[in-house]
Amino acid sequence: MQKQAIFKSKLLPYALVAPQLAVVLIFFYWPALQAVIQSFLLQDAFGLSTSFVWFDNYIELFQDPAYFESIIRTFFFSFAIAVSSLSFALLLAVMADKPLRGVMLYRTLLIWPYAVAPPVVGVLWIFMLHPSLGVLARYLRAAGIDWNPLLDSNQAATLIIVAAAWKQISYNFLFFLAGLQAIPKSVFEAAAIDGARPMRRFWTVTFPLLSPTIFFLLVVNIVYAFFDTFGIIDTMTRGGPGTSTVTLVYKVYSDGLLGGNLGSSAAQSVILMILVIVLTGIQFRFVERKVTY
Amino acid sequence: MALRHFGAAAAVALTLGLGASPALAVTEIQWWHAMTGANNDVIVKLANDFNASQSDYKVVPTYKGSYPDTMNAGIAAFRAGNAPHIMQVFEVGTATMMAATGAVKPVYKLMQEAGEKFDPKAYLPAITGYYSTSKGEMLSFPFNSSSTVMWVNLDALKKANIAAVPKTWPEVFEDAKKLKAAGYATCGFSGSWVTWVNLEQLSAWHNVPLATKANGLDGFDTKLEFNGPLQVKHLENLVELQKDKTYDYAGRTNTGEGRFTSGECPIYLTSSSFFGNVKAQAKFAFTAAPMPYYPDVKGAPQNSIIGGASLWIMGGKSAEEYKGVAKFLTFLSDTDRQVWIHKESGYLPITKAAYEKAKAEGFYKDQPYLETPLLELTNKEPTENSRGLRLGNMVQLRDVWSEEIEQALAGKKTAKQALDSAVERGNTMLRQFEKTATK
Repeated sequence: MQKQAIFKSKLLPYALVAPQLAVVLIFFYWPALQAVIQSFLLQDAFGLSTSFVWFDNYIELFQDPAYFESIIRTFFFSFAIAVSSLSFALLLAVMADKPLRGVMLYRTLLIWPYAVAPPVVGVLWIFMLHPSLGVLARYLRAAGIDWNPLLDSNQAATLIIVAAAWKQISYNFLFFLAGLQAIPKSVFEAAAIDGARPMRRFWTVTFPLLSPTIFFLLVVNIVYAFFDTFGIIDTMTRGGPGTSTVTLVYKVYSDGLLGGNLGSSAAQSVILMILVIVLTGIQFRFVERKVTY
Repeated sequence: MALRHFGAAAAVALTLGLGASPALAVTEIQWWHAMTGANNDVIVKLANDFNASQSDYKVVPTYKGSYPDTMNAGIAAFRAGNAPHIMQVFEVGTATMMAATGAVKPVYKLMQEAGEKFDPKAYLPAITGYYSTSKGEMLSFPFNSSSTVMWVNLDALKKANIAAVPKTWPEVFEDAKKLKAAGYATCGFSGSWVTWVNLEQLSAWHNVPLATKANGLDGFDTKLEFNGPLQVKHLENLVELQKDKTYDYAGRTNTGEGRFTSGECPIYLTSSSFFGNVKAQAKFAFTAAPMPYYPDVKGAPQNSIIGGASLWIMGGKSAEEYKGVAKFLTFLSDTDRQVWIHKESGYLPITKAAYEKAKAEGFYKDQPYLETPLLELTNKEPTENSRGLRLGNMVQLRDVWSEEIEQALAGKKTAKQALDSAVERGNTMLRQFEKTATK
């Protein structure tokens, strides 16, 4: 099969790629380069005084034990968010894939939460579970449960993970549903005729055929958990109680935007960038091998 | 990073959009603020009245989001070379603004150069002290000021057979226990802004330093020292009372205030500007009492310090524009106007004359508790420890202190350990700030 397109002019392919390239350079590489430069500088919030400090910003970070705690916490949060939102979405997608009455309604309702911005997700969950504002929190406390995520770090962490995972479920659901519908029905029928029960059909037929979707979503979810959850954290816990919900990206936000410490914030985002590049590299190198396209 | 650039880009886009209107003979003055609801109406009316009063200048107010949002928008706009003329900055941003020599124009200089009549002594010292250098030079113009008061549910006190509103901390603790027994089981007392109330105000109210160098007013080489016996004892008390919910922590900001208006917490320490919400929502008799104090501390209570915001004038504008800004500040200082702002917004009057006038008009007769924050602020002549705070990176500093207090309340650290660590971490941040502050 011929995969390569053949261009007669030598310039045409470059011209066709140029707009895309320009977008990538201007919106991805240029800010990334800026971050790298900024990470070597010490600057006040107004940009009035700037001095070049070599690796001071990095050295300070690595001397801070709280920074390492935050790295470990971020990995834990990301793992928990990715696993719970993926498994829940898969369960929902499998159920919504069945011929049910009103299935379109279910599907539409399940997709809705994706349209909600992360800080709004935070606010929604606050109205349910904040110790003084939350509707559910009142019932919990009336039932004798000591619900106070403002002081209990486990409760706070759970709250963040649940809210962040909840928002991502819709996105995962969409892809899983599309993936499920792409699997030919004849394969299931053949398996059913062979006497495979639903669970076995799922694990031996559906799951392997879904593996490209699962792999793609795994990457997307980890990146989401790393980068897009700070809005949720900011509205729900502001990193508290203590520092028990400060993740790497929230630290970037709070040091840079709230604290005006742009040098350290830039150094942190460079580290974060490297971490995610490495992580994605690992996924493609090792996990992708198990994927059958 | 991307966020910061987006902010800058948005600021550029916005200022370009505003600047695109044809330049008339009228000089436009941009005023960025963070007021919503009724207070936004106050701002709009002030701008309209000023614009109607003369034809040379036009003040254009723009809402820029929350206090930190407004400040960040202003900083981003400055970096992009498009700062507004007037920026409303909350009191914790004072040091950051002050450190930015060249980015801001001190108010006393502005008034001098514009030849406007300006007497710093006409303003309430408890308010202007916060925004002045130790030499008494006013750097920003006080606009909306408040202070911490103790909101009390009077019906609850009656229910628990408590005769009088508690005055001291030991009385508060004792009454909270009685209230708990009388049915307020989940929260005897609480408060918002945990560091403002329990560290900053506590220290000033007892004439105890929070930091060296007059709490930072005399220089950026200040060191925190709020791990002294008073603050440690107070936090120990809170930790002890948290165990059975006689005290129940309600968060770093004011999201817990609903616990007072809903009737869950009968005693609640927070800003006097909470008044509007209390009046609208509380279905019980209430009052705003002065903050409690420890009677064994000599000289307590001293005076409280302010919250709220002030107006900063940004640098690099033309003399003509500054003239307009100065005229606008004179316009704001007018006694009748100050009385009107005071009544309309619930914030404090900033001039002595306005306070006297409100008193003479009998404004505090029906609602004496509206005077409470003023009485606290003017309780005694401010000292080095009670004039105000000027610490760099205050927003983040407060988050760090809150983190440590939360550790203590959750039982993970002792009160002493938590405050020691809050001081240590805070000092590191102050040194960081000192390095970048323009000399």
